[in-house]
This record gives sequence, structure tokens and C-alpha cells, in this order.
Amino acid sequence: MNSLLSQFATNVRQNRGFYGALLMLIVLFVVYNFMHPRGFSTPVLVQNANEAVVLGFIAMAQTIPVLIGGLDLSVGAVMTLTACIASELVNGSPAHMIFGMVVTIMSGAAFGFANGIIIVYGRLQPIIATLATGAIAIGLALFIRPKPGGDVDGDLNWAVTNSLFDFAETYHIFDDGKAAWFQPIAWIPVPLIILFGMAAIVWVPFRRSLTGRTVYAIGSAEGAAYMSGLPINRAKIAAFTLAGFFAGCGGLYLAIQTSSGSADIVQAGSYTLNSIAAVVIGGTSLLGGIGGAVGSLIGALILRVISFYFRILSIDPLLQTLVQGLVLLIAVSLGAIRTLRVKNRLELFR
Amino acid sequence: MAQDMTQDMTQDQAFLELTGISKNFSLTRALDEVDFSCKRGSVHAILGENGAGKSTLIKIMSGVLQADSGTMSVEGKPVHFLTPSEAAASGIVCIFQELSLIPDLSVAENISLSNPPRRFGLIDKKHQNVIANELLARIKCEDVDPNSLVRDLSLSRRQMVEIAKSLGKKPKVLILDEATSALTSRDVETVYGLLDELKNDNVTSLFISHRMHEVERLCDTLSVFRNGRHVETFGKGERTDRDIVRLMIGRDVDAHFPPKPERKAKKPHLIVNDLRWENVINGVHLEVGKGEIIGLGGLDGQGQKELLLAMFGVLRGLEGTITIDGKLASPSSPAEAKSKKMRIALVPEDRKTEGLMLPMSIADNLIASSFNQVTTGFLIDTAKEKAVVAEGLAKLQIKIGSVDDPVATLSGGNQQKVVIAKWLMTDPEIILLNDPTRGIDVGTKQEIYKLMNELAAEGKAILFYSTDYAELIGCCNRVAVMYDGAIVAELEGDAITEEALVAASLNIDTNKGEAA
Repeated sequence: MNSLLSQFATNVRQNRGFYGALLMLIVLFVVYNFMHPRGFSTPVLVQNANEAVVLGFIAMAQTIPVLIGGLDLSVGAVMTLTACIASELVNGSPAHMIFGMVVTIMSGAAFGFANGIIIVYGRLQPIIATLATGAIAIGLALFIRPKPGGDVDGDLNWAVTNSLFDFAETYHIFDDGKAAWFQPIAWIPVPLIILFGMAAIVWVPFRRSLTGRTVYAIGSAEGAAYMSGLPINRAKIAAFTLAGFFAGCGGLYLAIQTSSGSADIVQAGSYTLNSIAAVVIGGTSLLGGIGGAVGSLIGALILRVISFYFRILSIDPLLQTLVQGLVLLIAVSLGAIRTLRVKNRLELFR
Repeated sequence: MAQDMTQDMTQDQAFLELTGISKNFSLTRALDEVDFSCKRGSVHAILGENGAGKSTLIKIMSGVLQADSGTMSVEGKPVHFLTPSEAAASGIVCIFQELSLIPDLSVAENISLSNPPRRFGLIDKKHQNVIANELLARIKCEDVDPNSLVRDLSLSRRQMVEIAKSLGKKPKVLILDEATSALTSRDVETVYGLLDELKNDNVTSLFISHRMHEVERLCDTLSVFRNGRHVETFGKGERTDRDIVRLMIGRDVDAHFPPKPERKAKKPHLIVNDLRWENVINGVHLEVGKGEIIGLGGLDGQGQKELLLAMFGVLRGLEGTITIDGKLASPSSPAEAKSKKMRIALVPEDRKTEGLMLPMSIADNLIASSFNQVTTGFLIDTAKEKAVVAEGLAKLQIKIGSVDDPVATLSGGNQQKVVIAKWLMTDPEIILLNDPTRGIDVGTKQEIYKLMNELAAEGKAILFYSTDYAELIGCCNRVAVMYDGAIVAELEGDAITEEALVAASLNIDTNKGEAA
């Protein structure tokens, strides 16, 4: 027991950024609910969750390239592209819809895979390669959907943007959601389950694979990773493929949520920038090697909760960007504290 | 424990054999037709001074570099390693000087980094910790928590983790490249014990160390390298220390040095007293007078570079004092070090990263440290700039096309001249030189020697670190030899001989060797 406790203490010490962000999220969210007239209720939670899902996915997408010490400027654009694809394909019979969803997510992953191939074998810097491919993604999105629109299944929209109860009711399972055992969990918003479920079945195993470990090793000390015989190219390609995969998930959810697709360049850019902010707030180092996708998820939620405050406090929404900027600045300043410990000033420039 | 080795192999048969191995780097021949072999269960020392080819040899053995020509075989079968992991698969594992650990991963993750235990395809953390605990116990490092991050460990603990990591690969040949340099004395004893244990398991250890007492205590066979050639291999006790030093030197000194300047000043200008930093500089005392050229000698990595960086204001957390002209001077940055108050210049170790801005023009690089001389208000005065640049170029006879060409287009020798000229423009009183002739041609070397003499004659205090003993002998009034972060010997005048320098670098007493 004692050793478990000390292990936990070690874990907290090693992941200060993550636990700090988690604490910040809990405090912000609890205070928000106290201030909200209908705080701690399912409708509020469902609404909040819906606003956070897409950024959550894009933040997870951004995390993995950042862990190898790169940056993926195409995540927002891939989200936009896949949303447009989904707006064409996710309708009709259940089988057709499932096919459409799989194609949507896989096209995101394929785009990320292409990014990885270009970066590894073209020996390009991720930031510039993805700047270019991001523009290509937007171009493709405009080609697919020159004007906003589309037709996504209405039942699906209702089912995945509400609570578990509504989901069960829509698809007539668990006695239309009235089964006794189901009640304790019926209040949970479906979007949160999708978000954390994806993190659990994709990110967690990835982190425990050799490829995942190599991702961390590359960001931490690429030379040592090479000398240790780790599969560097494979890990880099996997990092960008996973980024595309999560961006595809985000795009799919966005399309279902809005029942449409739109090649919105401004929206794509703003998601990309917010994803970087979320990654940093969630405790991942932009130099690579430290952090994780769950932290970025927390970071995304923090960014969203801050925006909720503007609504209940009736503050001019124009101030929102300014406050988000300040929060980001404080978060990165905390992260830079450890450079004060560097004893050889030359190392600050390496 | 690795008991999968075939015990029927005779002890005498060579396990690893290299034949006619050569390796060239752009300018130099690092290895020249080297034949080398080592037997099973032997503890085999490889000796040689800086640049003798030891590092290149082990890099080829362990798959980091590939030989230009020659063959290598393990147990009689020819092998050709393209990567370190291929060498490890054949049982050849190297513990490198530059650590190969990932700072942001845990100890357990590092120990089974490239081949972790897996369950259902995923890394099994519990089993991974068990492996780490076993290996750490074997090298008596039970105090290291397998869950702690390598980044949080001290240098000596990291080195022990590095050793545990290589043991985990079940080596048949374990190469230790200066593996004890950062260890505490207790750990060193552990490593000694481990080498005995490995010997009993019939594992070969290749041991590169600059500590003669270690070599004498541990090794049964010694091989001496010199100038990229394998000079001789002999059993322990067949040669005296003095003979070994002679084998390591014995080369032609082909450079000619200008006559040394007369020592003028008796009063030291720069005094370093009991300087300490992070276990790398361990109490250095040094005095440099105006008009003197003081050499810094010793083997690579004994704290010489850090000493120069410390005087130039790069290191944080220094203990001890530095005085210039009787006044306490501890610069907190290079900007302060070069200021009128201190007037220190440093020609840094790596001219490509610390000396020059490679894509910028020759002119921009030349004035990079002395913008104050060429500005009027906030603007750079192009007329002044032209004059100053021309003066700098003339002083060092730098051959260039146009001053607007990127400095990257120059040859190595001319690039180094630009670095030196840049610092001379600040009109320094104290000039720190970190191996300024490394990798440059003979002609330019001569010019640099001559320049050093001229500067000394002008009354500058010069501290000159070089890995080339011949240079130290040819240029310096006095040579301070560093070992393990401290100055172990100061040689003056005729006492500066190659033999004395090598002996001091290894921290051995040659007279004792002769008596034995």
C-alpha cells in the first residue's frame, strides 16, 4: 500500500503538467456549475460536452506529432476535409452509415499517413510539410463541398449529441433506456463517452506499444533512439497517421453534430491553433518527449470551460480570445520554469 | 544469466576478429589496415592517445560506423553490421561514452528499450520492472527506482543504468568505452566485480580506459593503438608502464613551430583559484601571465572545455574565484566576458555551431562580436564596417572571393581564421583557445601558431587547449595537464616532453614503471 502510494507520488512528480491541468479543469468546472443557474444537471453537461468534443479530438491529433518534436499544421484542415466527406456519406441505411463513418475516419488516417511518408522520406520539417498538405486538404474539401450543406442522418445526430438515455431511446435498446440497471449511467453524455472511449481504445494501447515508446524516445533524444536500434521511421509515420485518424474522428463528429459539412478555412485554422494551445496547457512539451494525448484532452476541456464562463458572466465574447491568450501564456511560462535549473547556458540553445 | 554459449569452443580461438579494417573521414585516415582479435572470456584493454583510432574501432565493431574496407567475423563467420541493433543481435554490445539513454523515459523503460517484454502485443510494465530490478540488483543499484525518469538521475546513476541496459542484451562481447569515468568509487568496485563475473561466464570485455591502474588490475591482454594503426598486443605484465607510454607515442612530429616567445611577465594577469563546477571541474588552480602561452593538456573530456566555458561566463553555479589583474571577475555571460572590463575572447570548440553563423556573410561574421565599433547611433556604418573587415582579413590573411559570400563557402582552415579574426577585433587581453587547429590543414596550423606568438609578444595572455601533444610542446611556455577535472601536473620549459605529457594525462608516474 505504502509502495503504491509512493508510486503514485512519483507519477505525480513526473507528470506535474498533466496533474496541474487536471486540477485546474476540476476547479474551473465545479466553480462554473455552482455559478450556473442550472448547474450540475444533465442538460448543461450534455451541452458542454458537445462543445468540447471536436476540439478534444483535434488536440489529441496534435499531441502525437508534438511528442516527436514536430507540429502538424494540417489537423484542422483534415478535420474540415473529413467533415465534408462525412456530409456526403453518412446517411441512408444503417450499413451505409457505418460504411460512411469508416470511410471518413480512414480517409483522415490516410491523409495523415501521406503526411508521415512525405516528412520521413522527403526529409521535410513537419511544420512546413503540413502547412502545404493542410492547404491541399482544404482544396479537396472545397472540391467536395463548394457550398456548405449535406445530409447527415437526423437520428444519428440526436443519438450521439445527447445523453446515454436518449441514445438508448432512439435505437430502442435497454427497454428504450428505461431498464433499471441502466439508470445510474443514463445521464452520461454520449459525446464524452465517444471522446474518452476513443482515447482509451486507441491512445492507451499505442502508448504501450514499441512504436509508441519510440515516439517518446524520438522527441526526447533522437540520437539515443537511433543508437538503441528503435524503429524511428515507423514511429514518425505512425505519429502522423494517428494524428490524421483523430482529426478524422473530429471531422466525423463535427459533420454529425452540425448535420452538414462546410469547407470553412477560418474554422480549420482556428482549430489548428487551439489544438496547439490545448496540447501545451495539457502538459505536453513542444520540444517533444513529455506529455500525452489524455493531457491534451484535458487542455481542450479547459479552453472550452473558459469560454463557458463568458456566457454565464455575460462578458463581451470579444474578450474571449484575449483571456485565452493570457491563460496560454501563463501555462507555457510555468512550463519554462525548469530551464532555470540549467547549469550550462549553452544547453539553453540546444 | 547467459548460459546459451557453446562451451566446447576452445579458449584460444578468437571470438571476434577484424582483418584489414580501414576507415577514412574526409581529411584524415582514422583506421589504417587494422587487424585485431579478441578471445572468449578475456578482459582486453585498448590503449592509445587522442585520435589513435580507438573510438572509430569500437564504433565499427558495434555497428555505428561501417568500415571502408576490411572484414569482420564472429566465431569464424563473416559479419557486416549496418546498425547497432544488428551488432547486438550477434552479441556485441557497447556501452558508449555519450550515453544512449532516453532522458524522458523511466529507468525500466530504458533498460528494455528496444526489446521490451510484451503481453498481447503490448508492453508488460510489471515484467519490465522485474527485469529492471534484477539487472539493477546485479550491479548493486537497488537504490535506483525503476519508475524514476532517467532525466532525474545523477550522471553516475545514469551510467550504471547504461551498464544495466547493456547487460540486458545478454552480450558475448561487452565494450566499455570509458565506462567508469563518471562513476563513484563504490560503483567502480561493482563494475570490477561484474567484469570478473562476465569473465567466468566466458564473456569477452573490451575495456577502453585512460586509468592505467584500472587496466593493470582488470585486463589480461592489452592492445596499443597509434595513429589509426594497431601497434602491438601483449599479455599483462609483459611491458612496463614506461614501455606502454613509448608505444603510444612513437610517431613523427612533422610540424615545425616558430620559436617560443620569451616569458616577460612575472606577475600573473589571470588567476583561477579552486574553481569547481558540477563534478566536472574539481578545484582548478591556474595562473596565466601577460605575454604567456599556457597550454591545457590531458585526454579529452577531463574538464578542459568546461574550464574555458567557465571563464567565459557560460556556466552557472560556479564555485571558486577568477581574478583578472587583481580584480575579482566572474562574467555571467559571454557579453560581459568580452566587455571592456574583462576583455576575454574564446575561440570555441565547434566552429560550425558556436563559432560561426554559417549562412551569414563573412563580413557579418567578422563583426559579430564587435558591432559597437562599427555603429553610429543605432545604425551600422557601412564605411566603418568595410574598413574594419578589411583590416581583420588582412591580419589573418584570409583568402576569400567576396566578403559577402556565406562563411559556409570557405574551407575549414579559413573558417577558423574568421573565428579568430572575429575575436581579435574585440581587442582582447585574455584569449582562450579551445582546440583551434582541429580538422584544419597543416599550412593554416602554421599560421595560427605564428599568430599566437605575435599575440603573446603584444602582451596578450593566452590559454591554449589542444588535444595534440606536439602543439603543446611546440607552442607553450607552460602546460597544465588536466585529469578528472583537476590539474595534475604543470610542466615548464624543457620538461614539456611528449612522454611527460602522456604520462601526466594518464596520471601515472613513469619512474615507478621503470623501477618495477
